[in-house]
Amino acid sequence: MAKQDTAGHAPKFEMDRCKAVPALIGNHEDFLIVSGLAGTSKDMASLTGDAANLYTMAGAMGAATAMGLGLALAQPDRRVLVITGDGELLMNVGTLATIAVLNPSNLSIVCVDNGHYGETGYQKSHTSRGVDLEQMAIGAGIKMTCTVEREDQLGDASRLLRETNGTSFVVLRVSPEEPPKVKRLMEPAAARARFRNALLGRP
Amino acid sequence: MALSKTEQNDTERGWQHDVYDVLRAHDVTQFSYVPDAGHAILIDLSIADAQVHSIALTTEEEGVALAAGANLGDARAVLMMQSSGVGNCINFLSLMKGGKFPLLTLVSMRGEYGEGNPWQMPMGQAVRPVLEAMGVICMDVCTPDEAVPTVDAAATMAYKANNAVAVILTQKLLGAKAF
Repeated sequence: MAKQDTAGHAPKFEMDRCKAVPALIGNHEDFLIVSGLAGTSKDMASLTGDAANLYTMAGAMGAATAMGLGLALAQPDRRVLVITGDGELLMNVGTLATIAVLNPSNLSIVCVDNGHYGETGYQKSHTSRGVDLEQMAIGAGIKMTCTVEREDQLGDASRLLRETNGTSFVVLRVSPEEPPKVKRLMEPAAARARFRNALLGRP
Repeated sequence: MALSKTEQNDTERGWQHDVYDVLRAHDVTQFSYVPDAGHAILIDLSIADAQVHSIALTTEEEGVALAAGANLGDARAVLMMQSSGVGNCINFLSLMKGGKFPLLTLVSMRGEYGEGNPWQMPMGQAVRPVLEAMGVICMDVCTPDEAVPTVDAAATMAYKANNAVAVILTQKLLGAKAF
């Protein structure tokens, strides 16, 4: 029998990420965004047109959440969104504990969970084998969490990302299909300068 | 009653207080660390300072990524870690090198001058080679007098010229631990 998740049933990895991610995020200009390597960076580059409020990554696997924390503490008047995959989040899942202790009210984390390591050939990740990342976030002490696996749950989750009472965490379960194909700025120093220029008016 | 390191220092202001003041003078507002005896005073000063964020990490590489995020948002971070933590940071240092993000880290050494714990030796001896392999400039502090000017110089090189810089607080400075 399949293991049960936080909601008490076997997890469903069924939604189309190319539709579900844009529906969850809504207006991307509400956020400063850090996206994790591979899939979620493609999701966000597609959604935003590789905009200057987005810093995408293609390496340093596991860095996105802590990077978002540094940005959120530096910019308390802006909402910061970290969007990353299940594989990357699992690599530094302890960062959820680091974040929960501080509980910055302007930070939201989305894990696009397809249960697989898509970039390396769709090998199963731990979340396909019973690991529940929302439960791990709850255990870390993040108070506002939810798991989305059906379209009718997207609206509440989208509002949760804009809550101001503390850090929020959303698991978005999607099917293991390819993210959007999109060109994005892959040079990390140029991306840094672009992000800072847009936010601060200087590199 | 045994005094904590901070209480001892309340009666005798040490170089660690001056290093903290230098970091604040450079407008460092994010102090991250995995708890460590060598950095105890700096950590306690950051906890007591309402003007800064004191960030306890679960592993040191979080502090590297944190510093990159801080820079995106125009804040300055310092990562305080023990030499063993350097090994945890290596892949994340590609973010700093590739992105030309500033990084200032203070490394309290084990596994070198006078070390008696064989478990500390391999990583302690590898600190400078692995940091330099990832493009981090290393500067040693061997006496209390060197601490403030070295941290001041490192902070300038990091925050003004976008370098990754490690200040190595040697066991000549800190003393070899008795355990």
